Amino acid sequence: MSQQLENIDEVLSQHKLSQLDYANIKKILGREPNIVEIGIFSAMWSEHCSYKSSKVHLSGFPTKAPWVIQGPGENAGVIDIGGGYAAVFKMESHNHPSFIEPYQGAATGVGGIMRDIFTMGARPVASLNSLRFGNVVNSDDISSHQRFLVRGVVDGIGGYGNCMGVPTIGGEISFDECYNGNILVNAFNLGLAKSDEIFYGKAEGVGNPVIYVGSKTGRDGLGGAVMSSDSFTEESKSLRPTVQVGDPFTEKLLLEACMELFKSDYVIGIQDMGAAGLTSSAFEMAGRSGSGMIMHLDRVPAREEGMTPYDFMLSESQERMLICAKKGSEQAIIDIFQKWELDAAVVGEVTDTGNMELFWHGEKCADVPVDPVSEEAPVLERPMSRPSYLDGLRDVNIDDFDRVDNQKAFEILISSMEVVDKSWVYEQYDSMVQTNTVKKGGMLDASVIRVKENGKALAMSSDCNVRFCYIDPKGGAAAAVMEAGRNVAMSGARPLAITDCLNYGNPENPEVMWQFGQGCLGIKEACAKLSTPVIGGNVSLYNETNGVSVFPTPSIATVGVNDDENRVLMSSFSKEGNTLYLVGETKSEFGGSLYMKEVCDCVAGELPEIDYDRELALWDLVIEANKKSILQSAKDLSSGGLAITLAKMSATSDLGCRVKLSVDDERDIFSESMSRAVIEVAPEDIKTFEDMLGDLAYQKIGTVGGDSFTCNDINMSLAKLDEIYFGQFAKVIEQDI
Amino acid sequence: MKDMKVGIVQFPGTNCDYDTQYAFEKLGCKTKLIWHKDEIFDKNTDLLVIAGGFSYGDYLRSGAIARFSPIMSAVNKYAENGGKVLGICNGFQVLTESRLLPGALKRNEHLHFLSKHHHLKVVSNSNDFLSKMRRDEIVNIPIAHHDGNFYIDDESLKKLYENEQVLLQYCDENGDISNPNGSVDSIAGICNKQKNVFGLMPHPERAMEEVLGSDDGYRMLEGFLGK
Repeated sequence: MSQQLENIDEVLSQHKLSQLDYANIKKILGREPNIVEIGIFSAMWSEHCSYKSSKVHLSGFPTKAPWVIQGPGENAGVIDIGGGYAAVFKMESHNHPSFIEPYQGAATGVGGIMRDIFTMGARPVASLNSLRFGNVVNSDDISSHQRFLVRGVVDGIGGYGNCMGVPTIGGEISFDECYNGNILVNAFNLGLAKSDEIFYGKAEGVGNPVIYVGSKTGRDGLGGAVMSSDSFTEESKSLRPTVQVGDPFTEKLLLEACMELFKSDYVIGIQDMGAAGLTSSAFEMAGRSGSGMIMHLDRVPAREEGMTPYDFMLSESQERMLICAKKGSEQAIIDIFQKWELDAAVVGEVTDTGNMELFWHGEKCADVPVDPVSEEAPVLERPMSRPSYLDGLRDVNIDDFDRVDNQKAFEILISSMEVVDKSWVYEQYDSMVQTNTVKKGGMLDASVIRVKENGKALAMSSDCNVRFCYIDPKGGAAAAVMEAGRNVAMSGARPLAITDCLNYGNPENPEVMWQFGQGCLGIKEACAKLSTPVIGGNVSLYNETNGVSVFPTPSIATVGVNDDENRVLMSSFSKEGNTLYLVGETKSEFGGSLYMKEVCDCVAGELPEIDYDRELALWDLVIEANKKSILQSAKDLSSGGLAITLAKMSATSDLGCRVKLSVDDERDIFSESMSRAVIEVAPEDIKTFEDMLGDLAYQKIGTVGGDSFTCNDINMSLAKLDEIYFGQFAKVIEQDI
Repeated sequence: MKDMKVGIVQFPGTNCDYDTQYAFEKLGCKTKLIWHKDEIFDKNTDLLVIAGGFSYGDYLRSGAIARFSPIMSAVNKYAENGGKVLGICNGFQVLTESRLLPGALKRNEHLHFLSKHHHLKVVSNSNDFLSKMRRDEIVNIPIAHHDGNFYIDDESLKKLYENEQVLLQYCDENGDISNPNGSVDSIAGICNKQKNVFGLMPHPERAMEEVLGSDDGYRMLEGFLGK
């Protein structure tokens, strides 16, 4: 079995293993590893699979609540949503593959996250995605390439999700120069299952068969997990062969076959093959159960001839699952998968040796103890230091820049790619299949589906203000948790839990590591204070190109439950004559604001103040008032402040408004003070509403109506507002085709 | 008609099968899913629906492979004998590929997949499907397709109009023509000459409840139930 490896230094370097790793491997095995074993350790100890740089920071996340059925550690997290049903959800990154090959990178990101959901026994019912691109507005090569990436990623997300018949109902897209060399593609999916019929990734019971199902294995994606654990350079384009190719049709068949399988009682455990393919699924399943496993790699269905044990273990071919089944059910399972025209093969069985024993035509080709691979995986306490760019950053404020009159500032902000309507994107996604979509992309704030099974509605929102995270990595991460929860609450749903996708730069850079550590602290604090535990997520490091790291980007997706599907609160104006309130306190807070970026061309300043109690009070107000059906619409305030929030509400409803906010500084209509919302109330409900406000600061700011948008000293006709808001995005993105 | 029996064909890749089932059950119909490998189906079926999705992945032309599946010869026979067939979205594509309906569905003019609510105008109501609708009535129904660009030659188009086979046209909320995908004459749905085979790109089964934005599809599908 063990053949001495020549050029061991070269082999280690190709597999991104250190001499220290090598020494550990020898200690674990008690001998020299062979090339298959080197491949296994390299994949399992890659940043992507082992979380070696991030692990020390990830402990201590609040992960429990009475409604949490499954926290982090499984393929996805699970919460109870009442009526005997559970929501299973997770968000994951596919950043590196999407930059190298946007269509397939994004498509397989969607495919991967859906498998994570349906491997738990849940049918995927809604997708979101959080996308970050570089500058798309200029006429240079960088912007032109970024526009190509936008078109490719959107096409890929639609191509996969539409074919799967899973609605893509929203998400967020933003643009900043820091993503010029490294875009971010974070895919979220949520599935629905009966709360007592959740499946887990385990392999137990000596003699139980291990069954491989789905697509055949090819050589695609070899070493993908290792690839995505490195920074980008000019040579990264040559990595295209490490990007997997998706086949949504096969995944749709796999989904239906798995759903049919779950109705039987044959399954002990099941896990999808994602990053590091067969290696990670087999090791994780055996590891969770303290079992051993035998696998005959020559029995794995192969797409091509001449593949080696190494190829089988490290391929990242898509649309595959590993099942541990009850002994005796083999043929019944094979029959189900054959009905759906998929491969299914018994490739091994569970043992009590605690070792992963791999065979190739009857001959042992690897023998690795399961537990040590995860337990002895390197855990790094990487050095951290506060980034020098933060020095003096907080002292910058808008008074340092020339004054711009509000009308002009408004015209700049309302045309910003971050603000304008993204229907060009959302209309390429089938958002209505499954006939549950109540609120979708383009309808502002959270996206909402109703649940036919229990009459409730599920609201979900993915958010992260990356400028906030840049000027204050801890507070910015906390603000992302607040904003995602606020968006959910504005639809009348109670935020219950989050999943996160932590996108940061190169962990070998102490300043990046400090940002990461601070981000984790911010999430921990906010999740604890707001009672939205973290039930799963993903870390993506090395988001760096030629030494430039992205802004810290902890994408947060919050999920909440509204008890009545017929009481989903919308975020656009509802009716002429209704009264508008601004709830929450407005101060001159411009740190990291859209105003500062677009008008002053600067990302700096002090983060707006965080007050969790006020945040919660705002959520409670909207949720409780909505239960009494006295609200007509509600929308949170975020980028661009009150003026932009109102303009969006106006444009999406085709109703004007007349608003006057009393302010200390006339620019405060663009301030980004947190924990605020615009709430629309019908005249007959004013008293009931005001009685509910309690200690919350508020102003009655005006009324809905007219054919123009007016807020203090700014004014724009609805026709012009529509033209900019609905026309700008396509104009920019399609300019070179 | 009480207890109308609706059969819904399930190809590999069909993804609106359950939505269609839910919609017809809402109308009080009995529904049954029909597997693509079956060669016969219940002869008491009152309406056969070919639902939306991506049959066989639609990696070739949409609907081009489904046409050859075992169930389709039974569908052909059923239609020839006057059985009512409704093809929605991918189902419409399957019906044109199998020549049960004239014309063809090409890639959308702008080449993008397009998913949104879209207004439609009723052109002919002299058929079972749209019997509950008024001529020129405007409804709001979701569309979601990549290949919805209906093509037909001029001569055949003329015949379609003469025989009142043009069912629906895309329009705006005021009824003015608005073409989302490049279809000839902005046509969204047609039927055969005998008026027992119907095809449309929009999804009436997605417009059954006000909470989802429109219930205009309810009255459309209700037409099949008769008086």
